[in-house]
Amino acid sequence: MTENQPGLPDKRGHFGEFGGQFVSETLMHALDELQQAYGHWRKDEEFVQRMDEDLANYVGRPSPIYYAQRYSEAAAGAKIYLKREDLNHTGAHKINNTMGQGLLARYMGKKRVIAETGAGQHGVATATVAARLNQSCRVYMGDVDIQRQAINVFRMRLLGAEVTGVSAGSATLKDALNEAMRDWVGNVDDTFYIIGTVAGPHPYPEMVRDFNAVVGREARRQMLKLCDSLPDALVACVGGGSNAMGLFHPFLEDKNVKMFGVEAAGHGLESGQHAASLCAGRPGVLHGCRTYLLDDDAGQIRHTHSISAGLDYPGVGPEHAWLKETGRADYVAVTDEEALRAFHQLTRLEGIMPALESSHALAYGFKLAAGMRPDQRVLINLSGRGDKDVQTVAEIEGLSL
Amino acid sequence: MSQRIADCFELAKKAGRKVLIPFITAGDPDPGWTVAVMHALAGAGADLIELGVPFSDPMADGPVIQLASERAIEKHVTLGTVLEMVKLFRQTDTDTPVVLMGYMNPVERYGNKRFPDHATIAGVDGLLLVDCPPQERDDLGVAMNDVGLDGICLVTPTTTRERVKDIAGVANGFIYYVSLKGITGAGQLDSSELREPIQQIREFSQLPVAVGFGIKNAEMAVNVAAHSDAVVMGSALVEALSVAKNSEEACSVATAFVAPVRESLDNMG
Ligand SMILES: Cc1ncc(COP(=O)(O)O)c(C=O)c1O
Repeated sequence: MTENQPGLPDKRGHFGEFGGQFVSETLMHALDELQQAYGHWRKDEEFVQRMDEDLANYVGRPSPIYYAQRYSEAAAGAKIYLKREDLNHTGAHKINNTMGQGLLARYMGKKRVIAETGAGQHGVATATVAARLNQSCRVYMGDVDIQRQAINVFRMRLLGAEVTGVSAGSATLKDALNEAMRDWVGNVDDTFYIIGTVAGPHPYPEMVRDFNAVVGREARRQMLKLCDSLPDALVACVGGGSNAMGLFHPFLEDKNVKMFGVEAAGHGLESGQHAASLCAGRPGVLHGCRTYLLDDDAGQIRHTHSISAGLDYPGVGPEHAWLKETGRADYVAVTDEEALRAFHQLTRLEGIMPALESSHALAYGFKLAAGMRPDQRVLINLSGRGDKDVQTVAEIEGLSL
Repeated sequence: MSQRIADCFELAKKAGRKVLIPFITAGDPDPGWTVAVMHALAGAGADLIELGVPFSDPMADGPVIQLASERAIEKHVTLGTVLEMVKLFRQTDTDTPVVLMGYMNPVERYGNKRFPDHATIAGVDGLLLVDCPPQERDDLGVAMNDVGLDGICLVTPTTTRERVKDIAGVANGFIYYVSLKGITGAGQLDSSELREPIQQIREFSQLPVAVGFGIKNAEMAVNVAAHSDAVVMGSALVEALSVAKNSEEACSVATAFVAPVRESLDNMG
């Protein structure tokens, strides 16, 4: 599983000025406990073996790398490769992380798990693991998201999870996260909070990154085998940033590999209705860490907009803030309309229906490839499949199913 | 160090009196009423006032204070507005300490160096940031020390002995013991479980200890005060205030809430 990862974060969970543990005192002990348990079990042979087996036999790893020939031809530039996280069990990269945290919860003797979810993918991945590990499971989800991701809500309930709607604030992912934190504060003794992205207080950004880094490790190996060289550029969408961090991290030392994180520009950055915290935000403190976020002049967190629920979040993982600050990765944004176009294009050209989140990465990757040479390669993380978004797309096009 | 907070507890101690700390969300139900309500609270026997700074994502608060926060934000209450309120309050009350309670981001946006300065000029005595434990205070902590703005620290039922010791080393003003594992306004508080943790705090710190979270009425206040120097009452008061229709009504609600608690605390054996 996790190789020994040198470097950041430091002991207190900081990536430069970002990260840290900005939580209420009640949770400090739980975070210490988690940090210790994670530090211990990640090196435990049995735990690692169990993890590897589950990733292989239950999740279906390694996920393939697919050369998207027709998509590449349409771009008429660099060759485009897709890392097929959409083929994982439950249909997204999210399960890489929930497998890890679910197992950790079991080793720590916690019988109840909770999670927040936006698109519902992380909720489904948590409910799935909880069913298998016989853990009781509650998922918090904003009322707005419950509406736009109805199929995933039903999937979670089928899996035995209790889905609790959140009406506060903007009734989306950030509010679900608040509510999950409140639950955790009240039930900290027997409950494990499975955070779904590389945000939150230390050790979550590090732990979730490590569990998702299997994506980048495989991809690195696969590209070398397939093409005898590393890709020239990596592209991944960024909500909280877990699929991007998972892909990027094993390539950080490969200085010739460029990295692009793609945020949701919603109706356009200039419209103010977007979720692009790295492209249009500034450093602040939200949900347990210092990071880039979207707020107003009084420091109130702003409501965000994206066609994709999984990117509709006003913050971002602190390590991305760090990669932006150091210039190691570039962050760009793609509008709803561009993402939607990519959704259709990949579906029609390759017979692969991408999640709307992943469609943001596809839209940018396509543009990027178009400006590159034919001997170059772009690797796009296809973080999830689009079945969950069929209803949203139909609605936009004025169809009722 | 804030002289007002130190004097407040010193005076109470000499008089054998328990310090009563009501919490209200600044700007709720209406920004124009807050200063009047603060005076009413002090007039009815509050010793120190905790003023909640509204935040869009109050992770450690239950529904009552969440809603109060949302209402205040709708009425454009900002950290700057809150400082204005304290300034106005100070025109006629120079004794009652005021502690701001809130979250990190509004303070950071205001400026970690600028805020402590402006806050003390306005007459604020302490700052309690729910989502900023002492080890993350960094430049803010330095700036607070420079101007003598007290950093009020929380200790909770889950805080380890080791950490209580660390916190005691950096806390000033008073130590706020959170009586239950949960958010504001939550569940049932069992005052019999207060003795040991408060003793532990006293082992490491000379500071007065206030207890809050879940104290809803005079009876509970008395039970808690048997173990502590001060009691904090928040959600129950915020809820009572939320139905007030005008400033006068809000003030009567505040008085009616505080006066009986004051009386019960003063009649403790
Ligand atoms: C398919 C898919 N991709 C991406 C994301 C965004 O999350 P992250 O940025 O953590 O990868 C989500 C979140 O729900 C998702 O479901």
